[in-house]
Amino acid sequence: MADNPTTITLTIDGQEVTVAKGTTILRAAKQAGKDVPHYCYHDGLSSPAMCRLCLVEVEGAPKPMPACVTQATDGQVVHTESEQALDFRRGVLEFYLVNHPLDCPICDQSGECKLQDYVHEEGRKHGRSREPKRIFGRDDFGGDVLFYGDRCVMCTRCVRFMTEVERDARLTVVERGNRSVIDTFFEEGLEGTHWHGNIVDICPVGALVSKDFLYKARAWDLEHTDSICPSCSQGCNISLHVRDNLVQRLKPRDNLEVNGFWMCDHGRLNYEWLNRGDRLEAPLVRSESGVRAMGWREALAAFLEAAAGAAGNAVRAVASPRASNEDLGAFRALVESLGGGDIVYRMSRAADEVVLKGFPSLARRRDLAPNGRGAELLGMLRVGSDEGTGGLEDVADHDGIVLVLGDALDDQAPDFGSSAALFVHLATHASAASANAHFVLPITSFAEQEGSFTNLNGRVQRFWPGIRAPGAARPAWFVIGVTLAERTGSTAPRSAAESFASLGSSFPPFAGMSYDDLGTGGALVNQPVSLSGD
Amino acid sequence: MAYPYVSDREVRVISRHFGDPAARRLDTYVERGGYQALRKAFELGPDAVIDEVKASGLRGRGGAGFPTGVKWSFMPKQPTRPHYLLCNADESEPGTFKDRELIRWDPHQLLEGVLISAFAIRAGHAYIYCRGEFFETTQVLARALEDAYAGGYAGRDILGSGFDIDVTIHVGAGAYICGEETGLMNSLEGQRGQPRVKPPFPAAVGAFGMPSTVNNVETLATVPHIVTHGGAWYRGYGTEKSPGTKLFCVSGHVNRPGNYELPLGFPMMDLIEDVCGGIRDGHALKAVIPGGSSVPLLNAEECSRCTLDYEGVVAAGSMLGCASVIVMDETTDIVKQVRRMVQFYAHESCGQCTPCREGTAWMTKVLRRIEDGRGTEEDLDTLLDMSHQMTGTTICVLSDSAAAPVVSSIHKFKDEYLALIRRGERVGVA
Repeated sequence: MADNPTTITLTIDGQEVTVAKGTTILRAAKQAGKDVPHYCYHDGLSSPAMCRLCLVEVEGAPKPMPACVTQATDGQVVHTESEQALDFRRGVLEFYLVNHPLDCPICDQSGECKLQDYVHEEGRKHGRSREPKRIFGRDDFGGDVLFYGDRCVMCTRCVRFMTEVERDARLTVVERGNRSVIDTFFEEGLEGTHWHGNIVDICPVGALVSKDFLYKARAWDLEHTDSICPSCSQGCNISLHVRDNLVQRLKPRDNLEVNGFWMCDHGRLNYEWLNRGDRLEAPLVRSESGVRAMGWREALAAFLEAAAGAAGNAVRAVASPRASNEDLGAFRALVESLGGGDIVYRMSRAADEVVLKGFPSLARRRDLAPNGRGAELLGMLRVGSDEGTGGLEDVADHDGIVLVLGDALDDQAPDFGSSAALFVHLATHASAASANAHFVLPITSFAEQEGSFTNLNGRVQRFWPGIRAPGAARPAWFVIGVTLAERTGSTAPRSAAESFASLGSSFPPFAGMSYDDLGTGGALVNQPVSLSGD
Repeated sequence: MAYPYVSDREVRVISRHFGDPAARRLDTYVERGGYQALRKAFELGPDAVIDEVKASGLRGRGGAGFPTGVKWSFMPKQPTRPHYLLCNADESEPGTFKDRELIRWDPHQLLEGVLISAFAIRAGHAYIYCRGEFFETTQVLARALEDAYAGGYAGRDILGSGFDIDVTIHVGAGAYICGEETGLMNSLEGQRGQPRVKPPFPAAVGAFGMPSTVNNVETLATVPHIVTHGGAWYRGYGTEKSPGTKLFCVSGHVNRPGNYELPLGFPMMDLIEDVCGGIRDGHALKAVIPGGSSVPLLNAEECSRCTLDYEGVVAAGSMLGCASVIVMDETTDIVKQVRRMVQFYAHESCGQCTPCREGTAWMTKVLRRIEDGRGTEEDLDTLLDMSHQMTGTTICVLSDSAAAPVVSSIHKFKDEYLALIRRGERVGVA
């Protein structure tokens, strides 16, 4: 390594690892595929080295060393699984259980609890404590957080998150010794802070739990699906946690380019709409004899016939910034195929950004939809008010072709589109306006389909289906793709990947991009995005 | 002088004014040659002062016994950032009462030591961190500091030397752990009094993130004498590896408990029998804690061959610590004594590190159960295993300190534990 002084090589459990100088033993071990058990250490926080669980044996060191703060040195020999290391971990784990209530059967964290995991893997079979346990009880910390002091392992991650990352020190440790406990300042609590849901995520045990999720589901019953938060244009990487085809909660996924390890409370708690019933489940076709639900084949044949009949009429179209890049691209192609015309979209706009001070590239952005940037890059125009309403006056009484994708038109008058020669509404839910549509085509939400969003910085990120689509609802790119293929004699895209790849031929920002390029962290579009001045 | 007890075997250097209220006054102190060492230090320059202290072999009197001059030499020689000297007057070790006396009787001696030492490590500001319970002591010190400022011995351009050194007295809130040097720095900064992870060491990143040195009151009080008389003079007392004199705080079952300044290497039995007038009437020696509650107990046999210097006490099976000698006669209930000490540590644990936070409290409960006659022999194994888990596994040594008396008492006085466990019988009545 003499020729490359920026790296060092050490041996961890017999395996040689080369890491950058300054790397801690814990990070080096991670690089070697070894997870050294730890509580107080977190990638996004400072390291107080106080849980003492990551103590490892370093040859030549007089004492076991905390892996989280001890820098790896060249030629060091580290044992994370030696009898000494295991002995100290067993000891520390037993200490944790002296006062722990062991109420796993009624604890929300059970199944994803690090104390449970580590004790199960490495702890003593039987604890030796015969003494009465210390009791703190439960405390409401305000906001979405409940605190169960008896389960706490005093790792202080929550205190450090509020102090170092949210930079609003609402939590602290009071008292000392084994009387120490996390607490709020007087009655202030977490109410009014915007990122406190993260302390529930980083709590390694069930001490901090979400009121929203309390007793809703067991961790092992939840299926996790990688997704993108749909609540603003930041594009936080998240997981949908689903049971019984219902989204139970959202959790952030790590992506240092976008959201670090965090997500805001607004996004975290804004998921119930995904579980909303009263969905459109079959294509509805209106004729003189009334509205009739029918199968896709029949409905699309009718639509092609109607489109041919309406040919020559001017097209006015409305899209949604909640639709994926693939859906919006397909919609754009549909509009072009029917003669072309402007596509407008509406998007709610909050008064202020809510910046995470300790990770300032992350904020709850003003634009409260995930794909406004995608719509903009696909040449669509923003209309309407900051509430995401209005702006459709030209469309409402248009007498030509009216196409609407994703926008439910909830704010529109019942006669919206009633003068149109052809009115097609691709939507998840019906509204008063959609009663006027000649064709109401049921489409899926982002949680029910594969696709991608483009965040405010122009980063294209993928999401995957976490819940099943209701009835005959299908992704819009698929519905439109099949229709256009029929109309032009071309081949319909068979997957979201194909649909995405085809965007590039018409839209330079996406030229040459494919799902393979996006990976798990997403990738920036080809042209620099000019951030619209807020 | 009527200081509680004075022995003719003492060598009174830093304790020479004990019992003399006049010594507290600046004018008396100066009349008796005070602040001459400070003048001399300014003439010598910082490096020469450090060299003299190195030559004296003075070792940290707070308990660790690290050579003071060497510690000072870790400070940067060319300051680019402010340096701080922190005087540790948070004397909280059970059994220790020397720093309080040094400040009460001779505050200017300490201030002179603080000023010289701050000068040596190129610190422009010194903090004296006083234990919260030391009310009268702090008042005496504050009065002395006011006088020192008024007399030109502290502050701007001290004694016309061109040097500026400020001294601030900071009063703690009475937490034992704030006597640990990094806990002290956190407390001084207004943080929770919790020890910091080392490295970085205080000489690199200390108080307020600046290079700092923490010295005990007794260490700093000794410095003026070394500057005045020279390192070689200081080496005239004590042993080769433990030079000089040391205050011994003797408490417990002796006829004349108190502070005695003795040359290091003094035989323990001479201290008990001769200096302190022996064990109280008709009783026999059972055990001694030689260095404050943090160190292992010695039984009577070990005491008989123990000399009171850093190496001698280690050879006997314990540590000199801050030389707080707690003497116990045969009426002492060792289990109760140990439980009381562990309970102290459980109360004072800062609660950061798991082994200490949980271990000290758990140990207290187990010991109390044994004391109440509800213990089992397995409990002793559990206690020893816990002690093992609490030794060398934490940020500071508080948990090691809690474990030390448990381990040593189980090894040396196991019969007392077993008597309680088997028959519920207490030994002694203390």
